[in-house]
Amino acid sequence: MARVETFYEVLRRHGVSRRSFVQFCSLTAASLGLKPAFAEELAQAMQVKPRIPVLWLHGLECTCCSESFIRSAHPLAKDVVLSLISLDYDDTIMAAAGEQAEQCLEDVRREYKGKYLLCVEGNAPLADDGVYCITGGRPFVEQLKDYAADAMAVVSWGSCASWGCVQAAKPNPTHAVPVHEIVRDKPVIKVPGCPPIAEVMTGVISYILTFDRLPELDRQGRPKMFYGQRIHDKCYRRGHFDAGQFVEAWDDDGARQGWCLYKLGCRGPTTYNACSTVRWNDGVSFPIQSGHGCIGCSEKDFWDNGPFYERLANVNLFGAEANADGWAKGAAAVVGAGMAVHAGISAVVRLRDKERHDTHLPPKGGTP
Amino acid sequence: MATDTVKLPERPHEHAMDAVGTEPVRPVMSFYVYEWPVRIWHWLTALLVVALSLTGYFIASPPASVAGDTSALFTFGQIREWHFIAAWLLTIGVVFRAYWAVVGGEHARLIYYVPFWSKQWWSDVFLVVKWYLFLNKGEKWVGHNPLARASMFGMFTLGSLAMVVTGFGLYAEQAGVDSWLRGAFGWTLSLFGSSMALRTWHHAGMYLLLAFSAIHLYAAVRDDIMGRVSTVSSMISGWRTFRDFHDE
Ligand code: HEM
Ligand code: HEM
Ligand code: SF4
Repeated sequence: MARVETFYEVLRRHGVSRRSFVQFCSLTAASLGLKPAFAEELAQAMQVKPRIPVLWLHGLECTCCSESFIRSAHPLAKDVVLSLISLDYDDTIMAAAGEQAEQCLEDVRREYKGKYLLCVEGNAPLADDGVYCITGGRPFVEQLKDYAADAMAVVSWGSCASWGCVQAAKPNPTHAVPVHEIVRDKPVIKVPGCPPIAEVMTGVISYILTFDRLPELDRQGRPKMFYGQRIHDKCYRRGHFDAGQFVEAWDDDGARQGWCLYKLGCRGPTTYNACSTVRWNDGVSFPIQSGHGCIGCSEKDFWDNGPFYERLANVNLFGAEANADGWAKGAAAVVGAGMAVHAGISAVVRLRDKERHDTHLPPKGGTP
Repeated sequence: MATDTVKLPERPHEHAMDAVGTEPVRPVMSFYVYEWPVRIWHWLTALLVVALSLTGYFIASPPASVAGDTSALFTFGQIREWHFIAAWLLTIGVVFRAYWAVVGGEHARLIYYVPFWSKQWWSDVFLVVKWYLFLNKGEKWVGHNPLARASMFGMFTLGSLAMVVTGFGLYAEQAGVDSWLRGAFGWTLSLFGSSMALRTWHHAGMYLLLAFSAIHLYAAVRDDIMGRVSTVSSMISGWRTFRDFHDE
């Protein structure tokens, strides 16, 4: 291949005006939480750097990540990244199909060995040699391993790729496992959510593409800029939480007043995501804003943690499942009854032995 | 005496003189077991556990909502703040008590490990279990009886440590991703798998400590009556007195 195009060249070829290009740069910089000066750096990078090829694989998934992605708020954001990506490979939205598509995949791998970004939507089921997800005639897990081996880094789109999500929920019949359990020798960036927010997805990709480096990750491997805080930390209902104003029922007065949804099981306090800052659908709203508690879709095991309307996870003990309070009630009953019975017997024994104490004799037997 | 639970010797009167260190005018079967820092720590801890359980309960099940403007109300925030203040104090106590186990007397070390490798200890536990099942007349123990020691180690020493660790894990979440607290306790998220699991176990830990407190209270009062030995007052005065053995 001849000289690789820059992003800017690609964009211009797609009919994007310079004006919208600059606008996109400032918006992206802002959504990444970068200083205004970075908008310029971003623009500069996009004009001089050769673009980084992106391969987008689909494993066991529902395509909600792609659906979210192509609904990115700034029209250019999706155009940019979408056009960049369809240049390479995304079997769901690319023009090529069948053999031709597979060829395209192979070409990128050969020509950009060690330089391309591998985006993975969904995950790989391992049961029965991986037959529950076949792509291009072979188990997805093999395709994933192959293409990860030559990639620069891997992006795990959504909760499926990041944690396992619904297909890995108990009892996980196909033994679906998240990407980082298969790809161990490459940096894996988790972008969890079911689906992740469009701006978060384009933000992460734009960052990597333009700055040529991976965003800073937290201990769980998520970009700090979007997953550094919980929904609860930036929730606009937080004032009602601190004030002690809680919705008690979906149709009560508190609900109409927009009070905090904690008592109805809002998982905002245990969920790391950007919904309360970036919001959804062009910043229009997010679940809590429309009156429903957060269900924690970007958290590990959110399917297995018990009902969506409870804040705390269920606890599995002795093969049975209940919430912690349920177990505590059972234990309290057992311990309480035990103590009562024991106290009763103790009283009887004491009355019977009273005589012994009155004579101040040491107890019988070898030891006092 | 060995670091093991101290058992009364065959002829308690002589030992009593050893233990007290001076020749008593009237030999009384008393031993100094709880040094003053341990006693103060004990009652502060008891108070803090109650305070933390109360505020913790209200954090989990908030009291009825109050109408009014959020700018003037801080009801739930206040409950959480009390929880955090008590939490810091409890943590200081946990650290201090561990320090005292190192520099304090031999009884101060008992609740920090259990000699489960010692055959003697197991047979002692067996004796205590039998006593609680009314199958023997009971041994006398200067320190904690071996069963009490095991439950104090397992339910309290480890339990309070778990509460501090999970509690600070939750506390670090509010402090932000680049805070020193997250640096120090962020690993709890990885350990428990998710924030929700961490919170659930912090919540469940409360029940462990409450169960301990209930059993502990019952056993302390009962031992006082049935074992004819000072327990509750020993945590106030420091002295353990065996009522059956004083001279006439
Ligand atoms: C005896 C010890 C403790 C008990 C019994 C206790 C109990 C509780 C309970 C029941 C909750 C509510 C959990 C829920 O259902 O959401 C809670 C929350 C919490 N506790 Fe503790 N706790 C203890 C010690 C600590 C310590 C040492 C810390 C350390 C700072 C701590 C920090 C927290 C935090 C940060 C929360 C979450 C508050 C919120 O986000 O609203 N706790 N505690
Ligand atoms: C008001 C209620 C309480 C009373 C009357 C009480 C009484 C006592 C007594 C008498 C002892 C000495 C045991 C012995 O004779 O060997 C003791 C030890 C102890 N208690 Fe309590 N206690 C109370 C509450 C608590 C609470 C709430 C906790 C913590 C959850 C607690 C934790 C401990 C621990 C850890 C020890 C061992 C002390 C050591 O060896 O350093 N107690 N308590
Ligand atoms: S609605 Fe949920 S996220 Fe918002 S303040 Fe209440 S508990 Fe926190």
